[in-house]
Amino acid sequence: MKMKEDKIMLGHGSGGRMMHNLIADLFLKHFSNSILNEQTDAAVLQIGSNEIAFTTDSFVIDPLFFPGGNIGKLAVCGTVNDLAVSGAEPIYISVSFILEEGFSMNELEVIVESLAAEAKKAGVIIVTGDTKVVNKGKCDKVFINTAGIGRMKAENRQICKAMNIKPGDVIIVNGTIGDHGMAVMNARESFNFKTTVESDCASLNHLILEVLDKSPVKFMRDPTRGGVATVLNELAEKIQLGIEIEESALPLNGGVKAMCELLGFDPLHIANEGKVLIVANENEATNILNVLQNNELGLQSAIIGRVVSDHPGRVVLKNETGGRRIVDSLAGDQLPRIC
Amino acid sequence: MKYIDEYRKKDLILSVAEKLKAISKREIVLMEVCGGHTMAIQRFGLPSLLPSTIRLISGPGCPVCVSSQHFIDTAMAYSKIPGVIITTYGDLIRVPGSTTSLEKERANGSDIRIIYSVLEAIEIAKNNPEKNIIFLGIGFETTAPLTAAAILEAQKNNITNFFVLSAHKVMPPVMKALVEEGVKIDGFIAPGHVTAITGTAIYNELASVCGLGVVVAGFEPVDMIQAILMLTMQIESSTPKVEIQYQRVVHNDGNKIAQQILNDVFELRDDQWRGLGIIPKSGLKIREELSSYDAEKKFQVEVPESTEPKGCICGQILRGLKTPVDCGLFGKKCTPTDPVGACMVSGEGTCATYYKYRS
Repeated sequence: MKMKEDKIMLGHGSGGRMMHNLIADLFLKHFSNSILNEQTDAAVLQIGSNEIAFTTDSFVIDPLFFPGGNIGKLAVCGTVNDLAVSGAEPIYISVSFILEEGFSMNELEVIVESLAAEAKKAGVIIVTGDTKVVNKGKCDKVFINTAGIGRMKAENRQICKAMNIKPGDVIIVNGTIGDHGMAVMNARESFNFKTTVESDCASLNHLILEVLDKSPVKFMRDPTRGGVATVLNELAEKIQLGIEIEESALPLNGGVKAMCELLGFDPLHIANEGKVLIVANENEATNILNVLQNNELGLQSAIIGRVVSDHPGRVVLKNETGGRRIVDSLAGDQLPRIC
Repeated sequence: MKYIDEYRKKDLILSVAEKLKAISKREIVLMEVCGGHTMAIQRFGLPSLLPSTIRLISGPGCPVCVSSQHFIDTAMAYSKIPGVIITTYGDLIRVPGSTTSLEKERANGSDIRIIYSVLEAIEIAKNNPEKNIIFLGIGFETTAPLTAAAILEAQKNNITNFFVLSAHKVMPPVMKALVEEGVKIDGFIAPGHVTAITGTAIYNELASVCGLGVVVAGFEPVDMIQAILMLTMQIESSTPKVEIQYQRVVHNDGNKIAQQILNDVFELRDDQWRGLGIIPKSGLKIREELSSYDAEKKFQVEVPESTEPKGCICGQILRGLKTPVDCGLFGKKCTPTDPVGACMVSGEGTCATYYKYRS
């Protein structure tokens, strides 16, 4: 194994380049097969004459409760969205709990109720699960693991493969970016920022299916950990074309913008839990925006950039003052600046 | 957003840029001392708006970048002492020491916590009376008063398990050292937040004796380009002086309260700067009467002789002699994911900035 570090570091789980390297250099090396190697949010499996999408996810968020949601709601949204952005219709999910000895039964019930409510809202059924309890101190209150299965329509099969993307195609997002990451950070750290920033945590399957019903889409991905920057970088690398985004077009909540300015964070690197990036032919943009903007989960949808033939494999951000900068994937953990 | 948007107005920036083009005749080199300025310049693409006569070079104003290898190695040695909790601002955690980094030591089991304010370290000390909490104090006159205030707070509350490893530094000696060393500089874009504390008198000698223009600037593109215009006007008319562009924050006298706290807690000492060597009276040491908060007094550790990474030219970059693209390691062996030198770690480091904005 040619891993650079001899121990796991937090950056290996940040969704950025360190995690990418861990997956490529260790997991794929040992698990390699044609389905896994696609490295999509959900695996598309042929079972008999049917195609299904299958995904799994784990939730270890701290704090468990944050403005806009909790670990239970998040577990459903995350799983549902991984299926939905793959072009599948989510149907069944599993939920497994790893619980720390001494954890409050009341809090657990709130989490479970949220899980049930969000599953109902998303239209998925929780069909199996598992429960483990570990000694106090051996996990942090509650960890949740999920799996999800969705029905795949043949016409949506190509979405996760990012095929046929050409220069001129537009990149659309369904609203403000960075809300989840900043809401959680504000709840976790002792900043005491008086802000109304709430997590965008939401199941996007109904919205996405509505878009797919009306317009052909070339690619979709939910920009969770690592943020919009990481998804676009992975895409640019895969299609070997450039991506250009306009800073002024990025939908940003004022509170998120202010927190990012203060802490020296780039909103493009901050996690979202209710956002989807859509790549489509320019001619479809108006139709897609119409659908999105008429849904409460897409009111602030916008075209944030385009695919270009320049700088293949790279994402470049243009600002209003004529500045251009390369937007990299998140390297490790996002670190606050000191002054 | 207030105080941001109005300083990022494209029309305003372009109109100042036009003025600049009209008056700039001489070939000049301006140094932005502060890492925050380096970042703003690149982030907003200012070099593309400047006339070809004006060249900007980056200076030694990124706290993480100038902290010596010995400091990092000492912090690492402290982190291995049983019962010690290291508290640090985030940027430091990935700086490579001679053999390892705080991030790697954390993975090895050391208790190393990222904090956003030094007062959090005081809280940690209160909540963990059986542990020793060491805060890694880095930064210039901007962050040093906060560390000083924390020490006074610890004293007031009889907290005896809070210590500071100080690598705090002051700005004027290094600016003067660069000029004396012969680095070609026609004017300084002086750090706004440092000057908000110190006031402008610290630059008087640079203007009156060395004949250099000094303009204290803010961090938005309008601030930066206006400061460049002010400096250019000074240089073109051969009237070097100290001016404040960042008037909404900086006053001639600075922040007297912060100055007092700084002076109550710290005294000047000769200090080691990464790549620049020892600069007389450039570092801040905790005063003798508060030495019970000085980690260096409390904890004796053996730190092997520090080695600077091979091939790394951080030192020359910090002196404005070279740019990151002159470095053989830049973007190849040295990247933000896997930094060789400190300038690639901090978001305000020159190398990290060049890497990010290298389109």
